[in-house]
Amino acid sequence: MTTIAPVDVDGFVVRAGFINASPFFACGSGTVHVVAGSVADIAAHRGGLLAARPALDGRSLISSGDDGRVVRIDETGEVTLLSERARKWIDLLACGPSGAVAFAAGRTAWVRFSDGREKEFSFDRAVGGLAFAPKGLRLAVARYDGVSLTWANAGGDPVELSWKGAHLDVSFSPDGKYLVTTMQENALHGWRLSDAQDMRMTGYPSKVKSWSWSRKGRYLATAGATAAVLWPFTGKTGPMGQTPLQLGTRGDALVTCVACHPKEDVVAIGYGDGMVLMGRFEDQAEVLLRRPGQAAITTLGWDADGLRLVFGSEDAEAGVISLQ
Amino acid sequence: MSATQATPQPQIPVTVLTGYLGAGKTTLLNRILTENHGQRYAVIVNEFGEVGIDNDLLVESDEEIFEMNNGCICCTVRGDLIRTVQNLMKRRGAFDAIIVETTGVADPAPVAQTFFMDEDVRKAAKLDAVVAVVDARHVLQRLEDTEEAEDQIAFADVILINKTDLVSAEELAQVEDRIVSINPYAIRHHSERCAVDLKTVLDRGAFDLDRILSLDPHFLRHGHHAHECSPDCDHEHHDHDHHHGHGHDHHDHDDALHAVKSTSLTAGDLDPELFFPWINQVTQVQGPNILRLKGILAFKGDPQRYVIQGIHMIVEGDHQRDWKEGEDRVSRLVFIGRDLNWDVLKQSFEACAA
Repeated sequence: MTTIAPVDVDGFVVRAGFINASPFFACGSGTVHVVAGSVADIAAHRGGLLAARPALDGRSLISSGDDGRVVRIDETGEVTLLSERARKWIDLLACGPSGAVAFAAGRTAWVRFSDGREKEFSFDRAVGGLAFAPKGLRLAVARYDGVSLTWANAGGDPVELSWKGAHLDVSFSPDGKYLVTTMQENALHGWRLSDAQDMRMTGYPSKVKSWSWSRKGRYLATAGATAAVLWPFTGKTGPMGQTPLQLGTRGDALVTCVACHPKEDVVAIGYGDGMVLMGRFEDQAEVLLRRPGQAAITTLGWDADGLRLVFGSEDAEAGVISLQ
Repeated sequence: MSATQATPQPQIPVTVLTGYLGAGKTTLLNRILTENHGQRYAVIVNEFGEVGIDNDLLVESDEEIFEMNNGCICCTVRGDLIRTVQNLMKRRGAFDAIIVETTGVADPAPVAQTFFMDEDVRKAAKLDAVVAVVDARHVLQRLEDTEEAEDQIAFADVILINKTDLVSAEELAQVEDRIVSINPYAIRHHSERCAVDLKTVLDRGAFDLDRILSLDPHFLRHGHHAHECSPDCDHEHHDHDHHHGHGHDHHDHDDALHAVKSTSLTAGDLDPELFFPWINQVTQVQGPNILRLKGILAFKGDPQRYVIQGIHMIVEGDHQRDWKEGEDRVSRLVFIGRDLNWDVLKQSFEACAA
């Protein structure tokens, strides 16, 4: 039995998730709504909020905006300024180990360490995406024609991974063996880090703008097609030469968002028409969680136990779905 | 793709502002930002410079050209624009329209193509008009020196001939002639310090397409009698005498080879079975030389007007509205480009007649 508790939000939901056990909804309007008993509306940014990511310890939310600020928001709604770059639109964020935060605007990326120190990284072309490796302060910066891998804390030349084209978001597999990017084309690109072997994951009818690693990193679930496409990363060669799983296939809407369950081989799937369902890898069983709404699902997030799922859409729709 | 959204939201109109350094783009932008017109604009500039900064929806954006991995060298988009438009969409409702200012030397094609080639941008926004600001005093020299200046004029839907107070009437007529020779289809306005009624440059939409296509460039070039227009008037300044030959212009031979030219093709009802393969073939083969194409078409048995436009290899069309009673069902197609085989274009278009 599932129930949906709608939450009033004031705009495009950029990111939804949980701070500790409290659902949050970070909106493009600059407001972060936190549901801890009652709903607190926190003015996180003076202008628009462009990106938000939960900190790795799950106890706070980091957000950035077109006011040039990077802030931390805790469960009580307290907002702490971490960094500021006047007049920059900070639209890329990554949270790393030991409280490190990476952020970027245009052709520059910065890493802020937990002690407040900051380090700047400049590139010839715009930064498309940021990700920290699962261990150590290793930062991947997606850019035009490839990815630069750099140790955030140390000097030295970055390791360059090359593939022609514009790389946008970037993600390490949870075991740290693979690095995957989304591209301006309707494709993913990947590298096996041990030998920089290229991987090409194609066949999408639209850009891939949401992805999620499944439990233990066995699959990478992706949006951008009429089904959630899950690439296996189990064998020695990752997804190479393998057929991906397809879950939640529909004929009349594209998948716009995916989120893998933290404990089971199950993925929550959001669609362009606002529908949300979940699918099980093993037998492709589907459970409808939300009927179509006003607009495309932009964000989905599970709580740590996998009992609640939060969602948000482009058009100020949001809610908490309880599976119990 | 048949996938659709539950309630597609209207596309936000985008005005692209081009023009050489010093032509007056910033002046125009400041007028747009400060005048009380009830519209809220998000503005993407290449440099903050002199633009008024009390607008929180003003963003500086470094030009990022993305080549598409499809082997087509003219299929380029502006990566930074895609990103900025996506960011703006998170604040939908905070503004009514978007203005993109390009650098003085920018090729307008990647900017314009972004609004057709990137699916996300296309869903969120539509190109309303390309506005070129031209410095009446320096434009002729610019046209001699650079290809970009010519491209900017060729691409424009609206051309603002600015700084008219700095030239004589005769010089202005020469400027006008030169611009018409590149792009007779753009709506032209004269201004001093960009003082124009903003309605003439913003939110033009399909309104201009009809005007543009109702013009016959040959008729224009041999315009019969001159009449006076105030700088703000909204109709064609097509009546200045055209100086054929440009005898003093030592670039004449060059012009003949690579200069931007245009043609307006007309026919009655077309056979869609013939037209679409034809236009696809033309744009595939000659795309790099086609700067813009636009048209209003009548297809046999189709009660609706079909509107088409293109940039290089991209062509996009849609039904617009019913042909009105008494309206002539005329198909018109305009090409602006370099080194096109104009005669073959004409013959092959006419062969698409139903």
